[in-house]
Amino acid sequence: MSGNEAIAQGAWEAGVAFAAGYPGTPSTEVLENLATYDEVDAQWSTNEKVAFEEGMGAALGGARTMVTMKHVGLNVAADPFMVFPYAGTNAGFVVLVADDPGMYSSQNEQDSRYFAKLAKVPLLEPSDAAEAMALVQTAFEISERFESPVMFRTTTRLSHTRSIAAPGVRTEAERRKFSRRARQYAIPVYARFRRPELEKKLDTMREFAEEFEGNVVEEGDPTVGIVTHGIPYQYVKEVAPNATVFKLGMLYPLPEKRLQEFCSRFDTVFVVEESEGFIQQEMAGFGILNMTGKDRFSNIGELSADLVAAGLNGTPVPSDLAGEVTILPRPPVLCPGCPHRGVFSVLRDLGVLVTGDIGCYTLGCLPPFQAMHTTFCMGASIGTATGFHKAGEDRVVAVIGDGTLLHGGLPSLASAVYNQVPTTTILLDNSTTGMTGQQEHPGTGHTLKGNDAPSVDYEPLVRSLGVEHVEVVDPWDIDSTQTAIQAGLDHPGPSVIIARRQCMLLPAEKTKEHVHYWVDTDGCIRCEECMETGCPALVWQPDIDRPSIREWECVGCALCAQMCPVDAIAVGEGA
Amino acid sequence: MAVTNVLIAGVGGQGAVLASELLALAAIAAGYDTKQGEFHGVAQRGGAVFSHVRFGDQVFSPMARRGEVDYLVALEKLEALRYAHFVRPGGTIIVNDHKVEPIRTADRRPYPDDAIDFLRTKGFNVVVLHATDTAIELGNHRAANVVVLGKLAECLDIPDDVWDRTLQERIPERFRELNQRAFAAARGQVASR
Repeated sequence: MSGNEAIAQGAWEAGVAFAAGYPGTPSTEVLENLATYDEVDAQWSTNEKVAFEEGMGAALGGARTMVTMKHVGLNVAADPFMVFPYAGTNAGFVVLVADDPGMYSSQNEQDSRYFAKLAKVPLLEPSDAAEAMALVQTAFEISERFESPVMFRTTTRLSHTRSIAAPGVRTEAERRKFSRRARQYAIPVYARFRRPELEKKLDTMREFAEEFEGNVVEEGDPTVGIVTHGIPYQYVKEVAPNATVFKLGMLYPLPEKRLQEFCSRFDTVFVVEESEGFIQQEMAGFGILNMTGKDRFSNIGELSADLVAAGLNGTPVPSDLAGEVTILPRPPVLCPGCPHRGVFSVLRDLGVLVTGDIGCYTLGCLPPFQAMHTTFCMGASIGTATGFHKAGEDRVVAVIGDGTLLHGGLPSLASAVYNQVPTTTILLDNSTTGMTGQQEHPGTGHTLKGNDAPSVDYEPLVRSLGVEHVEVVDPWDIDSTQTAIQAGLDHPGPSVIIARRQCMLLPAEKTKEHVHYWVDTDGCIRCEECMETGCPALVWQPDIDRPSIREWECVGCALCAQMCPVDAIAVGEGA
Repeated sequence: MAVTNVLIAGVGGQGAVLASELLALAAIAAGYDTKQGEFHGVAQRGGAVFSHVRFGDQVFSPMARRGEVDYLVALEKLEALRYAHFVRPGGTIIVNDHKVEPIRTADRRPYPDDAIDFLRTKGFNVVVLHATDTAIELGNHRAANVVVLGKLAECLDIPDDVWDRTLQERIPERFRELNQRAFAAARGQVASR
């Protein structure tokens, strides 16, 4: 099973009763898998902070709880995460955080291990699925033993690698009673009492780390010593199978005495870790000097067995064959019929400044559109647009998806309205959380468990914030979309244009019979306007110097037909 | 047994991940320690997707090292070029003779139509299949991944009954017969070399 499936299985076996999170690659499948167990009340929350807070309540209320998110999600949840350790938990509370070294599907490369140190909580990290399944159960025990939230970190490689793991049975955790002790939970005057308690707790955790069975020395060549963790451990075993390896399963707090003893046995110890030199810096803090790490293993990108071999003994990494043959890039593209395509075609033509957000629509910044000019984090589009207005830009459009608006966009929209900034916001309402794999959210009408739910009605929602100009359009209709966006820009106050059409990857769309379009090659004047849609169904045929449409990819959105100035693209079977 | 390294590559939507999952499940069922690591980017479709499957007595790294892959399985020609440097000298490249044009680059560089000839000049054992054509004949172009998998299966030490069971268990019933026929289609055929 995959690392993510194993974490879910382990959490279930540990008796988790409540689980909440927000989708984010590579963390998403943990909660999706937890939702398949009847005993687990699992839910998508509106964002990671909300999920964390719901989780805190559940754990304080006595139920073993897991909350899940990707690394940037922990930034959103950082507020409760930094305060919760002061109070401590009642039932076991584990926050699963998935980092994405190499940024396969993230906008930054962030080593979340520092968050555990900042929050002063234990940090565990497994190295394969079998270990993950066992370690997550240990995480709950540690959480209850120290009455502390525990951070459980994975990376893309661990989460998305399948390896052998044997599932066990569930042990029900009895609900623990909550006692109302205000001195533990509230206001600065009490927090000052809690502050030294937190340091005392950390000291007991440090003692525990010295004994912890997940920190293991594997004896080997007495002249080669390596300290490692997680997935890099697998690379070390691959390229240096005979080395003496100190594998850390608990990365914070570290076992200071054991590391000092280990390092004293070698001339120089290799610290092999992915991303930043977190372990190395901690070890330096223990006064360990005979080590080498980040000078050999880059803190940029994902490690591999090749890169670990290069760092350990200088083995060269073979390069690809691009020097000998054309290897064209194959960047991701918007799907055929994607509702975002029409919006970005219009935005390109309007030439406005576009502040973007997080979703498939970030692809709007790439050719052939190049119609998104900033992207930062969940919900940033509207606030950034407001700021551009403040700096003197008068034609600014914020683009945000439905899930992202609910996650983090609403406060910015309220601020824009409150401060009467004439921001135009385009809400790309595709009725799903598209990029992470079509998860439900409060606007979709269904829950993670598949039950019916109320769905957010966006028009009255944004009107109630004070947006006076609200218009709904079908983004497959280019002319209407253009007219609506222009009207939004012309409106003197804040405006919201809702571009509404379902994601083409939703089951209802995938199973639908679509009409197909074809190119009349006699009528085609080779102007290439249709190619500017960036639709993967359209292919330029060098032999006839004209485009054609791959019938099995075309879903009949007719965007190319609307772009064609001579009506050479028509519906039907073609000639 | 020494570790066998397979890399399966394709274009998003072609089923490279499903093919590698089937291989990993079959390898586990055949009693091997197995790891399968997949790589895909932000979007659902259209980007390059690849997956490593490693099986043997004991497997550590989820990805094979460059120059160590025994079998590169490419569902598309350009993707065979992209990962050929992972293949060991004299290793096998099973390539679907199928072209999916990527979105045009700014400098409009042409698609490398000489991909297969180039790979032959590099000394690899190149096995060419027309898996997409075969899949279309069978009724669905999406089954090309399993056609190619059937050819790969001939090269591997995994018993036929394990493959049969894996397809039976992993493929949903409405697609099962199609995939069983796709898996059998390329087996025994002499592919052009």
